[in-house]
Amino acid sequence: MTDQQQADLLHDEVEAGTTTGLASPSVDVTKERQNSLWSDAWGHLKRNPLFWIGAVLGLVFLLMAIVPQVFARGADPRACNLSNSQQKPSAEHWFGFDQQGCDYLANVVYGARNSLIIGLLAVLVILVLGLLVGAVTGFYGGLLDSLLSRLTDIFYAVPFILGAIVVLRSGFLGRGVAAVAVALAIFGWMTAMRLVRSQVIAVKSSDYVAAARAMGASNGRILIRHILPNAVAPVLVYTTITIGVLIAAEATLTYLGVGLQRPAISWGLQISAGQSLLRTSPHLVLFPSIILTLTVMAFIMMGDALRDALDPRQRA
Amino acid sequence: MGRYVARRLLLTIPVLLGASFLIFAMVYALPGDPIRALGGDRPLSPAVVAQLREEFNLNDPLVVQYVKYLGDLIQGDLGTDFRGREVLDTISQRLPVTIKLTVVAILIETVIGIVAGVLAGIRRNGFLDNLVLVSSTIVVSVPILVLAFVGQYVLGLQFGWFPVSGINEGWYSYLLPGLVLAAGSLAYVARLTRTSVAENMRADYVRTARAKGLPRRTVILRHTLRNSLIPVVTFIGADIGTLMGGAIVTESVFNLPGVGRAIFDSVRAQEGAVVVGIVTLLVFFFVFFNLVVDVLYAVLDPRIRYD
Amino acid sequence: MTRPDLSKATAPVPADGRPVLEVDDLHVEFRTRSGVVHAVNGVSYSLTQGETLAILGESGSGKSVSAQAIMGILDSPPAVITGGGIWFEGTDLLTQPEEEQRKVRGPGISMIFQDALSSLNPVYSVGFQIGEMFRAHRGMSKKDARKRAIELMDRVRIPAAARRVDDFPHQFSGGMRQRVMIAMAIALDPRILIADEPTTALDVTVQAQVMDLLKDLQAETGMGLILITHDLGVVNEVADNVAVMYAGEIVERGTVDDVFTRPAHPYTDGLMSSVPQVEAKGGRLQPIVGQPPNLARIPSGCPFHPRCSRRRLGAEAAPGRECSTDVPPLRLVVPGREAACHYSEEVLGVRAQ
Repeated sequence: MTDQQQADLLHDEVEAGTTTGLASPSVDVTKERQNSLWSDAWGHLKRNPLFWIGAVLGLVFLLMAIVPQVFARGADPRACNLSNSQQKPSAEHWFGFDQQGCDYLANVVYGARNSLIIGLLAVLVILVLGLLVGAVTGFYGGLLDSLLSRLTDIFYAVPFILGAIVVLRSGFLGRGVAAVAVALAIFGWMTAMRLVRSQVIAVKSSDYVAAARAMGASNGRILIRHILPNAVAPVLVYTTITIGVLIAAEATLTYLGVGLQRPAISWGLQISAGQSLLRTSPHLVLFPSIILTLTVMAFIMMGDALRDALDPRQRA
Repeated sequence: MGRYVARRLLLTIPVLLGASFLIFAMVYALPGDPIRALGGDRPLSPAVVAQLREEFNLNDPLVVQYVKYLGDLIQGDLGTDFRGREVLDTISQRLPVTIKLTVVAILIETVIGIVAGVLAGIRRNGFLDNLVLVSSTIVVSVPILVLAFVGQYVLGLQFGWFPVSGINEGWYSYLLPGLVLAAGSLAYVARLTRTSVAENMRADYVRTARAKGLPRRTVILRHTLRNSLIPVVTFIGADIGTLMGGAIVTESVFNLPGVGRAIFDSVRAQEGAVVVGIVTLLVFFFVFFNLVVDVLYAVLDPRIRYD
Repeated sequence: MTRPDLSKATAPVPADGRPVLEVDDLHVEFRTRSGVVHAVNGVSYSLTQGETLAILGESGSGKSVSAQAIMGILDSPPAVITGGGIWFEGTDLLTQPEEEQRKVRGPGISMIFQDALSSLNPVYSVGFQIGEMFRAHRGMSKKDARKRAIELMDRVRIPAAARRVDDFPHQFSGGMRQRVMIAMAIALDPRILIADEPTTALDVTVQAQVMDLLKDLQAETGMGLILITHDLGVVNEVADNVAVMYAGEIVERGTVDDVFTRPAHPYTDGLMSSVPQVEAKGGRLQPIVGQPPNLARIPSGCPFHPRCSRRRLGAEAAPGRECSTDVPPLRLVVPGREAACHYSEEVLGVRAQ
C-alpha cells in the first residue's frame, strides 16, 4: 500500500466516521502502532471462530495421521473377515465394514497419514519451486524473467488435474506417495511463483530497499533480509489453503485410478471402491468423504482466517 | 487495442506449442508398448508390429515425432487412434457434451453466485451476508469428488430429482453435473462479488451518486454493480477454460461422454494421439478465454488501455 | 459586525434575511463494534441565501459528518442521527421520508467532495455523470442531458467542453476534475452548495482558481455556500462567517474578521498562533499541544481542557466553571460572537492588548 492509498483509506474512514481508533490520526495510537503486523494479526485470529474450528479440525487430523491406532478404537485396518462384508455402522464398529469385511473406521483413520504426507510434501516442493523461480525472476528481471515467465504460462495453461494424470500415467515417477506429491507439485507451483514474483517486484522498488542498497548491501542480502520477509504473509496464507486443495487433489487422482494403489490406504481408493456399492452401502462412500471434506475444510478455514488477519484491508 | 490483441495472440503461440509438447513428451514416454497391448491375448506378428510402429512414427526421436505431429495438425489432421478412428471425430463427438456441461455450470455460477454475492455485499454483516460467507466456506472446502457423490446419492438416488448418469434426458441431464462442476466457482463468485460490492458501496463515487439525489436503484445498479462486476466478469470468463479442463471427475462420476471422460479413457488405454489432441484443444480454450478476459477488461474499465 | 471587505458581499441577500438552512442541535453517533463514537454533539448553525459559512476544524472534529447528515448520505448503520433537526426552506428534512430527502439533493442542496478522482465514477464519462442530474431529477433524455452537460462544463470553464464531454475522469487533471464535480453540483441551481475541502487535494495555484470559480458561481446564482475546510487561508479569503468545530461541537462562531483577529476560544486562539503571520516574522509558531480527542471517549467537562493552556482546574476555577467537570455552553460573549469557553472574556481581553 502506498502512502497515498494509506492516506486515502484514512480519509475515507475518518470521513465515513467508521474509525474505531486504530486507523484514526485523531486518536492516540502510539501503543497500538508499536505492535507488529504479526501480533496484531494474532489478535484478530484469536477472535475468529473460523480459525479455531479449522485449527481444532486440523489438530485432530494431524493426531490421526501420527497415532491412528488411538482413533481406530483398537481395530486393525488389515484384519478383515469376509463374513462382516458391508455391514452397516454399529455401536461397536462406528463406520461399519467394507466389502472385504475390514473395520471401516480403522481404514478411514489410517488413510489420514498418506493424505497428510502427500499434502505436506507437495506443498514443500511447490514452495521451493515457487520461491526459487519467483524470487529469481522478480529480482533479476530481464530475459531470464521473460523466459521463466513464459515457462510458467505453459504449465499454467495445462489444467491441474489433467497434467497430474498424464505425469502419473507416464510412469517415470512410479505410483508411490512421493510420485503423487511430485506430480501434484509439477502442475501446482505456478501460483506460488507469481505470488512471490509480484511481491519481490513490489518491494524491490521501495524506498527502504533503495536505502539498503545505498548502504552497500549485496543483492543476496537484500533479497533475503528485505524482500523475502515481505512475501511471508501472502505465502503463508497460500500455503495453508493449498495443503487442503492438494489433499483433495490426491483423493481425486487416486479415485481416478492414477494415484495411490492398493495395498496403500487412501480415502480416494475407499471412495473409488465404494462407488459401485453406492446404492446398497452408501456409508462406504460417506465416511471417507466426510473425513476428507473436514480435513480440506480445516486448512481452507485456517487459510481464510489467516488472510483476514494478515490483510487489514480485507477486514470486515 | 488491435495491436494489443495481435501481440497477445502472438504470445499465445509459444504457450500453446510448449504446453502441447509438454503433454506430447509425457504421453509418449508412457511405459509399455501400446502396439503389443493392442493384440491382447493373441500376439501380433512382428511384421505387423513393425508396420504399425512405422505408421504411428513410434520409431523416430521424440522431437521428430512432435514436429511430424504438428505438421499434420496444421493440415487439420489430428491423427488416428490405434483402432484407426480419427481423433478429430472423437473430439467432434465428445466436445458438445463438455460444452453443454460447461455452459450449464457457467450459467449456474453466474446467476446464483452474483445474486448471492450482491445480496450479501449490500447488507454487510447482515443475515444473508453471514449465510453466504459460511456456506461458501463450506462449499469451497468440499472436494468436487465428494460433492459429485453427495449430489448423485442424495438428489439422484434418494430424492430421484435428477438422472443419476448419462445424457439421455437432454439438457436436464446436465443440471446436476453442472451444479457439481460449478459449485466451487459458484462459492468463489459469491465471495468475490460480495467483497467487490461491499468495497464499492463505501467508494467515494457511490457517496457522490447519493449526494446527487439519484434513486437508490440507480445508485446500486448503475454506480455500485457496474463497477463491482468488473472483477467478477473477468473471473467467470477465465473460468470457462478452467471448467472445460476440469470436468474429468464430473464426467466420470456422472458417466457423461465428454472430452474429460475421453481423456481419462485414453490415458488408461495409452491412446497417445487422443490425449495429446484433446489436451491441446483444452489448452487452446484456456488460453483463448484468458485472452478474451484481458480484452474484456479493457472494454469494461476505461482506465485500462492497452497500446 | 459590518463586513469590512465589500467585494465579498456581492451575493444578493434576500430582504427578509430568513435562513435557507437551519441546523438545530444535531447529534450524530457511530455505533461500531468497539464502542459508540460521538461524532457530532449538538451542532447548530444557519445559512442565509448568498452567505458563505466556513466550518473550520481538524480531521475528526465532526465537520464532514455534520455536512453528510445534512445531505442525508451518512452510512446507516453505523451512523445514527440521534437528535436535532435540519430545517431546509421551512421543513425538517429529518422528518421527511427518504424519497422526499432524495428530491432535495441536487436541486435543493448539493455537495462537492475533496478528492474528485475517487468521487467521480471511473467507468462513466464525465458528460454522462453530469447529465445524470438532469435525467434523474428532470427526466430529460440522454441526448438533451449531454447537451446540458456541455453547457455546464463551459460554465465551469473547462476548455473544449464539447470535445471533452465523453472523456473519462482519469483523463482530466486534478483541477479540471474538481470543475467537473462543481458542474455536477450546480447543475440544478441548488439553493445551497456544501463544499467539503474542495481544494485540499489541489496545487496552490489551482486552489485559487477553483475558489474563484466557486465565488463567481455563488455571485451569479445567490446560493448559500458551506465551506468545510481546515485551511485558514481559504476561510479568510472567501467566507463571511465561520464556525470552529472541536470534538463534534461548535466552539466558536462569528464573522471571519472578528474570529480571526480576536479569537474568543483558546482552541481558535491556538489555531491562529499555529499559522505563520507576515507581521510576526521571526517569532516561533505555537503549535497546540497534544492530540485531538478520541470521539469514543470525549474528555469530561470542556472537551478541549486536556490541551488547553488556559484551563482552570480545582480551586483555581470559578464556581461552576471548572474546566474538567463543567461543560461550557456555546454562549454569546460579545455581540455577534459566540464561544464555548468558561473564560472567553479573558481570551478576548488578552488578545486585544
